[in-house]
Amino acid sequence: MATLTDPPSESFKLSMLIYDTRYRSITFQVIALILFLTLIGWLINNTVQNLQDLGKEPSFGFMNQPAGYDINQTLIPYNSQDTHLRAAFVGILNTLLVAVMGCITATVVGVFVGVLRLSGNWLVARLMTVYVEIFRNVPVLMWIVLCMAILIESLPSPSDFRGDDPEATMSFFDTVAITNRGVYVPAVEFSRGLPALPVGNAFDLSLNFVVALLVLLGGIWASGAIRRRADAIQNSTGVRPRTWHLRVGVILIPLIAVLTILGFNLQYPELKGFNFGGGLYMRNSLIALWLALSLYTAAFVAEIVRAGIMAVSHGQTEAAAALGLRPRRVMSLVVLPQALRIIIPPLISQYLNLTKNSSLAIAVGYMDVTGTLMGITLNQTGRELETVLLGMLVYLTISLIISAVMNLYNSRVALVER
Amino acid sequence: MKKTAIFGALTVAGLMAGAAGAATLDDVKARGKLNCGVSTGLAGFSNPDANGNWEGFDVAVCRAVAAAVLGDPQAVEFVPTTGKTRFTALASGEIDMLARNTTWTLSRDADLKFTFVGVNYYDGQGFMVPKELGVSSAKELDGATVCIQTGTTTELNLADFFRKNNMSYEPVPIETNAEAQQQYLAGACDVYTTDASGLASTRATFEDPSAHAVLPEIISKEPLGPLVRHGDDEWGDITRWTLNALVAAEELGITSANVAEMAASAGDNPEINRLLGTEGNLGEMLGLEADWAVKAISAGGNYGEIFESNIGESTPIGLARGLNAQWTDGGLIYSPPFR
Repeated sequence: MATLTDPPSESFKLSMLIYDTRYRSITFQVIALILFLTLIGWLINNTVQNLQDLGKEPSFGFMNQPAGYDINQTLIPYNSQDTHLRAAFVGILNTLLVAVMGCITATVVGVFVGVLRLSGNWLVARLMTVYVEIFRNVPVLMWIVLCMAILIESLPSPSDFRGDDPEATMSFFDTVAITNRGVYVPAVEFSRGLPALPVGNAFDLSLNFVVALLVLLGGIWASGAIRRRADAIQNSTGVRPRTWHLRVGVILIPLIAVLTILGFNLQYPELKGFNFGGGLYMRNSLIALWLALSLYTAAFVAEIVRAGIMAVSHGQTEAAAALGLRPRRVMSLVVLPQALRIIIPPLISQYLNLTKNSSLAIAVGYMDVTGTLMGITLNQTGRELETVLLGMLVYLTISLIISAVMNLYNSRVALVER
Repeated sequence: MKKTAIFGALTVAGLMAGAAGAATLDDVKARGKLNCGVSTGLAGFSNPDANGNWEGFDVAVCRAVAAAVLGDPQAVEFVPTTGKTRFTALASGEIDMLARNTTWTLSRDADLKFTFVGVNYYDGQGFMVPKELGVSSAKELDGATVCIQTGTTTELNLADFFRKNNMSYEPVPIETNAEAQQQYLAGACDVYTTDASGLASTRATFEDPSAHAVLPEIISKEPLGPLVRHGDDEWGDITRWTLNALVAAEELGITSANVAEMAASAGDNPEINRLLGTEGNLGEMLGLEADWAVKAISAGGNYGEIFESNIGESTPIGLARGLNAQWTDGGLIYSPPFR
């Protein structure tokens, strides 16, 4: 009977940490980690110590003090007696607003430009090249300031609309006022509306909009159901029933009915005192920031889209053409779906860039979180460290959420390899 | 500018080790230069001229301190600061003193840990409007769009004023005076608000100053003065008494023209003798040389001379002395005694 015995086990000696190649790399990594943590600890300790010497212990109590300043664009109710915390939230919402608007516009413009840059039309392709090269090679701050300067200097001021023979008149059948302070568009009003629903004590949720939105979404779902049924009929019989009137009707009729019941009407802007009153007011600062960020980021998105399209093998295009598909169908059915897998990951980082670039808002006086929390609040309370740390936390959180959502989407469109 | 604030915050955090308790006087002497924070450009108060030399009412205070400490009014490094970056710059030790139309408030004194060494201009917040608007009182500004420099006390006063009078307004926050001017002139805002002296200074640079009016309401008290960090009382004393020396010099009739003559030998007036160092040892008490005040006054003249040459009625700014006259003339400018 043969027995296998274990080889005599080596006893561990301390010198092996350096001389034994199995342990050496770990030793060095541990040493580096300790040094790194010591450095961080030293920095934090130094900061706390020095702030203490200055008599400014880090504390976030100031966030519950009244802010004392006003903010022009507030998506939730706010006045100067509210706390710094609420002012910070107003800022965060403004950041999110411009980021979302910017990301959507940048994507639409970017995809458009990216596709056109590959166009066979020499003029169109060159024009798009010029656009891309100009926008992505000038710092975005310049674009923001330029957009603002153009809006301020070239548009009429509200006083030009006054008088019997005004220098400026409202556009679009007297419904939209474009001034150098911003654009006033008709606002939606419900004369027999449902009461607003307070959410905590943070803001009031308009039930009217929620109901209208739900009806709209329901209509779209019903329309989808009709399409699926038409597909099924076509698959089984070969004849596709005419459904477009049903699909439009199922979306529009319930929506119009609900809006009529709620007393939907439009409130038009009109001159009142110094400014226009009524209507929805989009400030210049928002428009300038939105335009500049969108156009700047769109230039990068266009390049990403172009790269994605070019990465799809040319054989795919030829094969699709050989099947008799028209160029537009080739693009939308064959090339873009495959290009999307390459486009999404770099697109995420462009969204993140746009969101972070929105912190340049103060250049045009747009009150985003940098303007409120890390601007006026910092200045009025003198809490540099705390406000800047909070601000960094806000941007980190927003960016991580965007990443997470986009990564989720990416994992759905990514090529599934088996 | 945002970068400066963040960088400043990090500087506070990281580099304050030596600065907090150490003697600023020694640092300034070792450096051979006074780092003085001023505004980014406000005509009459602190503005670089065509040759890049800083001049103005606030700049003169810096120069007087540099003269008193280093004997050379030109030994000043001017650091332009915005409303937002000024306190961080001072707290971090980037500048030794701040002379930038800064309002003395309790919270800046006690919470931000600064020492205001005095008041060199008694001001109040006012409103400027184009005359064609036909507004004659700030009470008629309901619904107006107001341009305002962000990070200043004016921001808070404005909120309080409109709230108190139950009026609404649309604030347009702006980083610097120059940008505010551009927006105001383009009609992007109806009203520009800041300290009345700042309004006068800004209006003086307009193409047609007469088309704009400063409304009569002054909605706040804005005592403007130079300030230093908490924690170095010796340095605070030096800046405080340099400012007082300029004020006392006007009261005692000492001007840049006659200061050298008066300091040559002790005269009949013991207070002048003590101030100019021909009697007693006031300079030594401050840790300065005996003729510190002579140098400070020679730098740009006494308080009245500085006022007249930079923002007085003979200049484009055209501010009357008003509250800023000597107490003997019914104003608030008053120096404690030199003894």
